Amino acid sequence: MVGGFNAYFSNIFEVASTVFEGMAVTFSHFVRKPTTIQYPDRMAIRVQDTLPYRYRGILEVDLEICTGCLACERACPIDCIVIDAKKDKSTKKMMLNRFDIDIAKCMYCGLCSEPCPTGSIHHTPEFEGADFSLESMMRRFVKQPVAAYKPKKVEDDPEVAPILERGMRYLDEFADPAGKTGTDS
Amino acid sequence: MLQQFLDSLIADGTLGGMPRDVAYLIGMLGAGALVVFGFVLNISGVTTFVERRVWARIQSRIGPNRVGPQGILQWLADGIKLLMKEEAIPFAADSALFKLAPFVVTVGFITAFVAVPFSSALVIADLNLGILYITSMTSLVVVGIMIAGWASNNKWSLIGGIRAAAQIVSYEIPAALSIFTVILITGTLSMQGIIQQQGWGPWDWFIFHSPFTFVGFFITFVSLLAEGNRTPFDLPEAESELVAGFVTEYSGARYLFFFLVEWGNLYVISAILVTLFLGGWQVPMIPGLAESPFWLNLTQAVTFIVKSYAGVITMMWIRATLPRVRVDQLMSTCWKYLLPIAFVNFMGTALWVLIWPEGFRFAELALTLLGFSMVVYFFYRVVFHLRRSGAELTFSPLS
Repeated sequence: MVGGFNAYFSNIFEVASTVFEGMAVTFSHFVRKPTTIQYPDRMAIRVQDTLPYRYRGILEVDLEICTGCLACERACPIDCIVIDAKKDKSTKKMMLNRFDIDIAKCMYCGLCSEPCPTGSIHHTPEFEGADFSLESMMRRFVKQPVAAYKPKKVEDDPEVAPILERGMRYLDEFADPAGKTGTDS
Repeated sequence: MLQQFLDSLIADGTLGGMPRDVAYLIGMLGAGALVVFGFVLNISGVTTFVERRVWARIQSRIGPNRVGPQGILQWLADGIKLLMKEEAIPFAADSALFKLAPFVVTVGFITAFVAVPFSSALVIADLNLGILYITSMTSLVVVGIMIAGWASNNKWSLIGGIRAAAQIVSYEIPAALSIFTVILITGTLSMQGIIQQQGWGPWDWFIFHSPFTFVGFFITFVSLLAEGNRTPFDLPEAESELVAGFVTEYSGARYLFFFLVEWGNLYVISAILVTLFLGGWQVPMIPGLAESPFWLNLTQAVTFIVKSYAGVITMMWIRATLPRVRVDQLMSTCWKYLLPIAFVNFMGTALWVLIWPEGFRFAELALTLLGFSMVVYFFYRVVFHLRRSGAELTFSPLS
């Protein structure tokens, strides 16, 4: 605002030209595509499917490959996992009687899925956990007592094999974000 | 027209011997209600919706699109919500004035519509001092804002009200001086008279009449923006400093009235600019159109509304572009820049009219060319920015 005659008119010119240019920038936005994602109902694909593989959503357990080792229960810092695994005297098999995860307590730290030997307990991309009762937040995975998985050298059961493969892959990626052969930065 | 209609009703005995004055009063109230509910409220409401969509697109968002098709009923939902809300009046506020203020503001705004010429016949009253009437009526808004600011008994409201008063009183001067440049050319204050002296083509509009009116158009635009408390001059309700300025303490229906005025004012400002500088309702004389008054008036009204709504959208676009000025910048813009230039314009136009009373054809065409080349250069810059950003484009205004 200081200055004489020239400064006065250069001020006016500066205001006019900068406003002109600014208006051009904002006008160009009229024809740009909006970036809004209209979650949840107007989307081409569910948002869960767009999340990365290692996304820490609601926990899930594949009972087919759970060894009943209780590593996850011990690892959980807030005790939201409760497992009841007992050896059946008559069949000499480890039986899972109860495997509960309280999703309301879970803080999605991922410490339970790290020590799992088979990748049975893992995070899913599912995150829509809102419900009307606390009871429904308790995920009870064991409906009837089942035998725990016994690791073999080569998995030959065609039903269990793909699940185990998925579990191991999850474990690899989860434990080592850069991948098995990659170098962690 | 209304008087003739009422006279015929009285002559028929349809009104059952009602006194003439009472019949006139009821007729006028009915017509007024029709205008207010049929046009003014709707244009304010739809403008709020359009404004939100325009901003959204400028900010790469979509905006409200859920209520009704493309969210067109959003303004009704907002209005109903505000009407149903409880009205809180602060304990320490001056209750009577606090309640009065929104209505003063609304009256100042709605009465301005009386002289807005939508077509050659469609105007409520073609006052012979139309433009003066409109500028004085819209100034009534500042009284309401001052009352609101004072009666709220709150420091933010008071600062907002005082700022509004200072701003509007200051900007009236350059606005009035620039409006006078047009009046020098036309020699009439009547809105219809001003439009009748322009033509349908841009070269016949007063914006391109002389270099002085060309500059005067921009001065009027900036001053009216400031008078309407619009960004970049929305200091009276600067959210970041004053919470909401003079509307801080308002809630419910009274709050709604303030917003009705704020958005409705956009339309009034545009209508003034279109009337004074942009040719009003003038349409080209298509053969056959002149014979049928209905179609002629409809075309004129559509032309006028389209032109003034383009102005409304421009103001929204400015609001999404420019940051708010400081109080000292606001005042220096007015007193150091707009006012001297407006004076020069005024004198220049007076000389121009003295030398070329019928207008100077060459200057008009050259200025039209200048205006169009500015628009072309503007779109060149727009394309430049689009190319540089490499953004994904869509030309649909819908989401």
